[in-house]
Amino acid sequence: MSDFLSDGWGLFISAVTLAGILGCGLLLWSLGRKQPATPGQTTGHVWDGDLQEYNNPMPRWWMWLFYITIVFSIGYLVLYPGLGRYQGAWNWSQVSQYEREVEAYKAQIKPLYDSFAAQDVPQLAGDVRAMGVGERLFLNNCAQCHGSDARGAKGFPNLADADWLYGGTPDAIKTSITQGRHGVMPPMAAAVGTEEDLQNLVQYVLSLSGSASDPLKANLGKAKFATCAACHGADGKGNVALGAPNLTDKVWLYGGGAANVLETIRKGRSNQMPAQAEKLAPEQIHVLSAYVWSLSNKAKPVATSQADTTAAATR
Amino acid sequence: MRNESTLKGIPIRVEQSARGPASGDVGPSGVVAQAAQAAYAARAAKAGTAAKAAATTDAPIEVELFEKHKKIYPRQVTGLFARWRVALVVLTQLVFYGLPWLTWNGRQAVLFDIAARKFYVFGLVMWPQDFIFLTALLVMSALSLFLFTAVAGRLWCGYACPQTVYTEIFMWIERKFEGDRARRMKLDAAPWSVEKLWRKGGKQAAWIALSLWTGFTFVGYFTPIHVLSAEVAAVALGPWEGFWVAFYGLATYGNAGFLREQVCKYMCPYARFQSAMFDKDTLIISYDAARGEPRGSRSKKADPAALGLGSCVDCTLCVQVCPTGIDIRNGLQYECIGCAACIDVCDDVMGKMGYAPGLIRYSTQRALEERDDTLDLVRHALRPRTLIYGSVLVAIAAAFVAGLAMRDPIKVDVMRDRNSLSRMVEDRIENVYRLQLMNATESPARYVIEVEGLPEIRVASEPQVDIAAAESRTLAVRVQVPSGAAAPGSKKIEFVVRDPQHGTAVREKSVFIMPR
Repeated sequence: MSDFLSDGWGLFISAVTLAGILGCGLLLWSLGRKQPATPGQTTGHVWDGDLQEYNNPMPRWWMWLFYITIVFSIGYLVLYPGLGRYQGAWNWSQVSQYEREVEAYKAQIKPLYDSFAAQDVPQLAGDVRAMGVGERLFLNNCAQCHGSDARGAKGFPNLADADWLYGGTPDAIKTSITQGRHGVMPPMAAAVGTEEDLQNLVQYVLSLSGSASDPLKANLGKAKFATCAACHGADGKGNVALGAPNLTDKVWLYGGGAANVLETIRKGRSNQMPAQAEKLAPEQIHVLSAYVWSLSNKAKPVATSQADTTAAATR
Repeated sequence: MRNESTLKGIPIRVEQSARGPASGDVGPSGVVAQAAQAAYAARAAKAGTAAKAAATTDAPIEVELFEKHKKIYPRQVTGLFARWRVALVVLTQLVFYGLPWLTWNGRQAVLFDIAARKFYVFGLVMWPQDFIFLTALLVMSALSLFLFTAVAGRLWCGYACPQTVYTEIFMWIERKFEGDRARRMKLDAAPWSVEKLWRKGGKQAAWIALSLWTGFTFVGYFTPIHVLSAEVAAVALGPWEGFWVAFYGLATYGNAGFLREQVCKYMCPYARFQSAMFDKDTLIISYDAARGEPRGSRSKKADPAALGLGSCVDCTLCVQVCPTGIDIRNGLQYECIGCAACIDVCDDVMGKMGYAPGLIRYSTQRALEERDDTLDLVRHALRPRTLIYGSVLVAIAAAFVAGLAMRDPIKVDVMRDRNSLSRMVEDRIENVYRLQLMNATESPARYVIEVEGLPEIRVASEPQVDIAAAESRTLAVRVQVPSGAAAPGSKKIEFVVRDPQHGTAVREKSVFIMPR
């Protein structure tokens, strides 16, 4: 029963249920006895003024079927929850059944994942079957943010290029998936100085990657980059330990160009990749890591479809 | 005069009008030949039913709403229609028992693989997306039912229904062990003996073996039958397979061995609603009461006219052969499954008596009333009802065949990525799509993905994809246009998936978002 309903409803429904069963039993018992005949062998029922019903006896075994349904319903109410708070002799619940089915399924796919776990990430990346599983895991769990093609969008990193905020080694990828990442760039406007300083710094940052920039302003802004160097490094190449992006390439998480860079510096950025440890099993994360790693480290496995077993394995 | 006859079965509607007692029994008014009413009255009077007793004595009498089932011992019958039935039994069962053993392209020819959601029918691989064909098949079955019933009554029941077919097979086994009607009745009445034991035991053993084989065959349509037979041989049947083999075996055994006519009388919904398709021109198994009555036994040499008798010699053979235990001379009854056993046996008797056959025959109510000949029967068979059923059936069958022939061997679903509507890649605008591609053929295919609808639009990701036979695959596809190729907003585009090897292509609509 729902927690917010009083027990009275459970008792009421139990009473109605049991009275209904008892009533059916009594009705059957009375119908099983001989009935006084009406003239003309009809049942005595009349509809629409002149429509009558013949008594056409059913076979007796048919009546026993009705009795069996009563026995069944009593057996059901004893074994399963159906009467108020009574949980049934088998203590069955939807949740427990679901959990049993999940366990059974996990046991079924365990050999497959065991074989995957025995391989390291680069090996797995060459395993067509594993990559099929990985692709489906990615589509179900990662594509919502990173896109079906893993190339990301504004604020969501591209996973298919060679640029990594937190490192592109198999271990780093696995850590990112398992624990998630929280990247924060504080608002730097106050630390940088005046509005003009900001504009100059923006031009300098753009110049680092060879993007279109004003060389004069960039030169003036160079001194201000000291504020940024703590995270991004003196050369602007970033720091994977902090997740500080490399500013010398043309990969922009929030978009390149003066306006976007100015906004980033002025207001800062905060971005979170949620941890998947709760959602995915370690062996699934292992396969997923291999898939993500494969996107930037080798040609994709030959695009062939997989056997049904692997299709099922990603659920 | 009404109601005196003791009709059995479901509640039936009787109107207190000039209509006959059976008119509420089956279908539209007046289906039963008027002549049958006389037979009813005669039978009711002869039987001295409870109703009559009640009417004459006014004493309260008691009836039961449930009665003990009376076992029916149908007598063996031979003749034209019996041969038809045997032919149909053999034909349908050859198909049923034989089909799962056929192979096609190295796999079972007809296999419904529910776990993989693929349904193989010879050269076709059907997917759940092809469900419409099953719908069409069912609509065709329903319309055929309407058509055949309107023309000639319960043809399905009498000749092709599995209930009839298996009952026929089971009764054949029963006759082999226990003999025909009279011997079976004697055997049942006799005390237990070694002979009764082996006859009954042998029959049961044969029944059970056939039932299990039927269950096994049925499951063989869903689990490859060679795998299934290996499992049976190794006594390693899976729990579900074991359950369904036993379930269908038990259903066959119970329905064909014991329930028999009770399935038709008490359970079958079709037996009920097909009476709505009967009309005055529907061929039904009819007793020609005008010719047969008054019935009575007589010497073969006697002239019935001189004795004041009709053609019916009242030998009751038509009752003895009836698998549902009715007397066709009482007119059309809902129990009649249209098996024509009474026609066969009566024609036999008529022949022996030197009378013309056809005292019981396929005829229509109109023909009986108006003494029509065969030509009239044929003419009335072509009436608006049958013509409409027939033309609709032909139309749907044509659509079904055309649909199957034009079925796309490639199935494509396009799902737009919704996390980012569009993105800039250098100076191009990119949208991402997920394409679900299905290869509905039984050979591997290489597809080429193209896109149309905007200037210079192209697929930026790998445009070729290999898909194994009868498999599906989800693919991320990137589509690019030059920035400024179109005004901001949602633009209609079309994916074209080509199979250059087979020259087929499928188009699927989607949209491309141009950012502001």
